[in-house]
Amino acid sequence: MSDVIFTNEMDEEMTLNMGPHHPSTHGVLRFIIQSDGEIIRKAVPDVGYLHRSIEKIGERCTYPGYMPYTDRVDYVAAMFANECWATACEKLMGIEVPKRAQYLRVISCELNRIASHMIAIGAMAMDIGATTPFMWALREREYINDFIEELCGARLTYNYHRIGGVSFDMPKGWADKVKTWVDKFVPLMEEFDRLITYNEIYIQRLANVAIITGKEAKDWGLVGPNLRGSGVKWDLRKDDGYSVYPDFEFAVPVGKGQFGTVGDCWDRFYVRSEECKESGKILQQALAKIDEHPEDDLVGKLPKKIKPEGEAYSRVESARGDMGCYVIGKGAEEPYRCRFRTGSFTAMGIIEAKSPGLFLADLVALIASFDVVAPEIDR
Amino acid sequence: MTPDAIFKRLQEKFGEATVFDFHADPAKDKDPWCQIAPWEIENVCEHLRSDKSLDFDYLECITGVDYPDDKRIVVVYHLYSYGKKHRIVLKAYLEREDPAMPTLVNVWSTANWQERECFDLLGVLFEGHPDLRRLLLPDDWEGHPLRKDYEEKEDYHGIPTIRPNPIELFKITLPAKEPAKA
Repeated sequence: MSDVIFTNEMDEEMTLNMGPHHPSTHGVLRFIIQSDGEIIRKAVPDVGYLHRSIEKIGERCTYPGYMPYTDRVDYVAAMFANECWATACEKLMGIEVPKRAQYLRVISCELNRIASHMIAIGAMAMDIGATTPFMWALREREYINDFIEELCGARLTYNYHRIGGVSFDMPKGWADKVKTWVDKFVPLMEEFDRLITYNEIYIQRLANVAIITGKEAKDWGLVGPNLRGSGVKWDLRKDDGYSVYPDFEFAVPVGKGQFGTVGDCWDRFYVRSEECKESGKILQQALAKIDEHPEDDLVGKLPKKIKPEGEAYSRVESARGDMGCYVIGKGAEEPYRCRFRTGSFTAMGIIEAKSPGLFLADLVALIASFDVVAPEIDR
Repeated sequence: MTPDAIFKRLQEKFGEATVFDFHADPAKDKDPWCQIAPWEIENVCEHLRSDKSLDFDYLECITGVDYPDDKRIVVVYHLYSYGKKHRIVLKAYLEREDPAMPTLVNVWSTANWQERECFDLLGVLFEGHPDLRRLLLPDDWEGHPLRKDYEEKEDYHGIPTIRPNPIELFKITLPAKEPAKA
């Protein structure tokens, strides 16, 4: 199909600018689109509007002092960058994290994953034209923001994890509150499915749109829900079993092409909505088990001076997939180099290759289904 | 396969001039790595990806690191195999004055944007890259910020890059006390 579109015989081409403040670009993000009427010949992403040189800042901060900056890597799911930086430093220095702190990390991260996916699926539904699901999703997200605020004092940029553990224990009665909410949330997701996921209009709009095969997804380095949407069953929490995730039972949802082809936009949406339910299950198990571990054991044994030497690469399964942090220490208080590898960055890379032949309106669906967050692309 | 075994396989195939310098000190190198001669990297990676028992189908991360003391820029590749679940880290040592090496776009498509970022922030030239433009910074930006000796200019097109310290700016200066009358 794309061969026909690229012939020069159709010279009705026009160049469109989309963004950087277009509502459906999810942040400050720009596309330069060459299109022939409704059909895109090429969409070239122009990123970098939110580049804050986080990696350079890292070279000028101390190891613990860099933690608040990592929040800004991805402010929709800040907990994961926190965890990623903490695990990178722990791996570098060989620090063991107490069990209770690991449970608190899992609980905070899974809460954050639900919050982030709520934005993703709500905003995607809104981009397609359904307004109500966004309200539903944000209502649930608001509960999570309140919980995390009680836990660490912040609603968006948490700065909750520490090298070697976490900063605070749960407040009194917090676990019961979260439990009550999760018990309501899991059935609510089924209602949410009836509202939008299995809605006939929604399926018709998204099935068979912008198909990415599993092979392409691996080749382009897609990670997380985008990879699983393409039918590749791979989840760092299961396959790498980091932290205390092996203690929990949960499924890894993958795109099956229920209504179209494996790897279409609907599959990516479906994977996210299923993942919310699985995160709910992990939360229920983690909250039931956390009191097996003694209180006030929140930070592991740290060296007196944090001046490590060597290098380490750590990975966590963030809401946008495999997030990596590469840190090189050279025996100074500041890291010599730190690098964040994020899911949105590689997801943006594929858009230029995938766009030829898409309808203009489908590009919006493609961007929304990737759940790209502009600060995570630009760092 | 362990990183050690992968290294040995590569060395057997490509010789000691191309694949060398294996590091696996558990105290320092948490992820074992080896050096690859920069101009052979495409062949080595093509083999890593296509060989059935190695099967590295995922290029996780490309990082550039500047070492001005050694006059080197090092490009680090983190590779992973979804099928075999093993990892390896490759490093290519480049001359700092003229950092250039072949691109890996033909091996893994994801190298496209990651190499552009590395070019943008460290100035590594990836030869054969289809679209080596700046990615995060504006096209007319000067210098490569992640180099250790980079100094930011005071303004960019008249936009200042430094701002006065807000604490100094809003500091209330009390009027000088009049000397007490005698």
